[in-house]
Amino acid sequence: MQKKKGPLLVDARGNQVNFNPMRDVNLVRLFVFPTIILLIVINIFPLLWSLVLSFTDYSARLQTEWGVNPEWEGTKNYVALFTNPDIWLKFITTGKYVLMSVGGEMILGFGLALLLQTKFAGRGIIYVLLVLPMTMSPVIVGLMWKLFMDPNWGMFNFMLGLGRIDWAQDPARNLYAIVIVDIWMWTPFVMLLSMAGLSAVPQYLYEAAEVDRASWWFKFSRITLPMTYPLLLIALIFRVMDAFKIFDLPMGLVGRGSGAPPLLSMEVYSQTFMTWRTSYGSALGYIMLIVIIAITSVLIKYLNKAKH
Amino acid sequence: MAQVRENKGARKAIVAVVLIIFTIIYMIPLFYIVNTSFRPWADIREYPPKLIYQPSVAAFIRIFTARAVYPPGQAPTEQELKDMSTIERIVYKETNERIVRTGDLPRRYLNSLIICVLSTMITILLGTTAAYGFSRFPVKGKDDWMFFILSTRMLPPVIVGIPVFLMFRNVGLNDSHLGLILLYVAFNVSFAVWVLKGFIDEIPREYEDAALVDGYSRFQAFRKIVLPQSVTGIAATAVFVFIFAWNEYAFAFMLTRNTAQTVPAWLPYQMGVLGFDWGAAAAGTTLFLIPPMVLTILLRNHLVRGISFGAVRK
Repeated sequence: MQKKKGPLLVDARGNQVNFNPMRDVNLVRLFVFPTIILLIVINIFPLLWSLVLSFTDYSARLQTEWGVNPEWEGTKNYVALFTNPDIWLKFITTGKYVLMSVGGEMILGFGLALLLQTKFAGRGIIYVLLVLPMTMSPVIVGLMWKLFMDPNWGMFNFMLGLGRIDWAQDPARNLYAIVIVDIWMWTPFVMLLSMAGLSAVPQYLYEAAEVDRASWWFKFSRITLPMTYPLLLIALIFRVMDAFKIFDLPMGLVGRGSGAPPLLSMEVYSQTFMTWRTSYGSALGYIMLIVIIAITSVLIKYLNKAKH
Repeated sequence: MAQVRENKGARKAIVAVVLIIFTIIYMIPLFYIVNTSFRPWADIREYPPKLIYQPSVAAFIRIFTARAVYPPGQAPTEQELKDMSTIERIVYKETNERIVRTGDLPRRYLNSLIICVLSTMITILLGTTAAYGFSRFPVKGKDDWMFFILSTRMLPPVIVGIPVFLMFRNVGLNDSHLGLILLYVAFNVSFAVWVLKGFIDEIPREYEDAALVDGYSRFQAFRKIVLPQSVTGIAATAVFVFIFAWNEYAFAFMLTRNTAQTVPAWLPYQMGVLGFDWGAAAAGTTLFLIPPMVLTILLRNHLVRGISFGAVRK
């Protein structure tokens, strides 16, 4: 089995390490391979399987008999997807949701980080309290807000002085409810990364600007923003990726009833596990995956440019 | 000069007040849910909600138990009331019910604990070793491997969930602890490798080199030099992995029904079952949110590093 390949281990100059090479090679294999194998078995293999399924008419509910279920259908699922006018609604809704929630989080999070640069007593407590929502379970946060926003007994409408508005169940409004909760939950994330970026801005730049009597706006737009831009982009990439595949939060807040907002992940779920059109759901999942990869790679390109 | 200083002080005070008010508003949903879980049955549906009331733990008892209502005319006698335990009396007085058996929550909570603890341990074991391998040795195609590891994490759970569901069904792993543990390990190990590699990269190589010269084997150097030095990093990563697993919903929801069901996959669907028992739903939520809250407070100095997958080191 052991074929002679190029050296797996080299020292800093590129030469093969010659003292006891086998021992290190084996150790690296022992250390690295279990992880790689697990990822291939649990993540990559199933993904390829569902790629194959997306070209068939497979339904997970029916007995699997090769040749009958699944039967090869070529690109029929994909054609059906693209010719279905409903699907655009789902993409547009998801896009709208991503824009509103991530936009709100970026502005609010960065603003909070700017304010938190001021040192005052109790700042530490405020910091700890503000980051709490971020590490909670999205589905449970959804459930919590469902109670909080309830039209009959919840406090949300009462506090805002609104009437008995049904936020979670009314199809005209539940997308905005999800946006509000998403902003509540993930603003701390942007805040944390912005704070890290702001703390890395060298103080002497501000001092130099101070000497030149630069305006507040000048300092902000010429020093603060460009210096924190890479970290803001990292925050944006993480948030866009997460928001695009949002599933937990709407499931907790709205549920999977007919009034649920037409978000992509919800659609993949209901096609696969509720109407049991498994391969149609897989095809939609793949299109979603391609869109996510496309959006992120554009953002990552910007990030690489910003770093240089 | 004095004018300038005064202005600065005033500005500081304004910012502090704004932030304090904002934080108080931000915390209202959390406060509301904790508040609701302590409200007695009669008060819960009052609108506008009362702020001052006699707190009650009945909701917490209700979420842990299954109960039956006393049929009309069969109320317990004086003597029976006297013989009741405190818990039974609280439940009876509030909702006129008797406790039949332990509810479904304790087992879900136990499932969550078992799955999260075991998957965290395995994740850290795999993650630490793989991170050490990638940190110290010029493995061929290292950047590609690292990117491959990261990319598996970015897959939407609904999409991975479909084929995993089919695969697990074929090997009988659906609704089993082992299946969910494997899945959580696979999903969190990428995170662990990235963050731990950052921590291990920061330990100077010279310590190990010195140990190797002294006759340690590679493995001994890893165990006796690297591991003790990265304890903080490993602990922080473990806490993060635990929180991720504790909060995970999509996989648990798709792959478990009963035996291995965790709390997030169960709790949101209890509203109807509990007869819209708000107090119990709020109590369950409060109990479930406490562990991540405590852990987040412990983690506060490592948060940035964790949420950015080790990309931002502060």
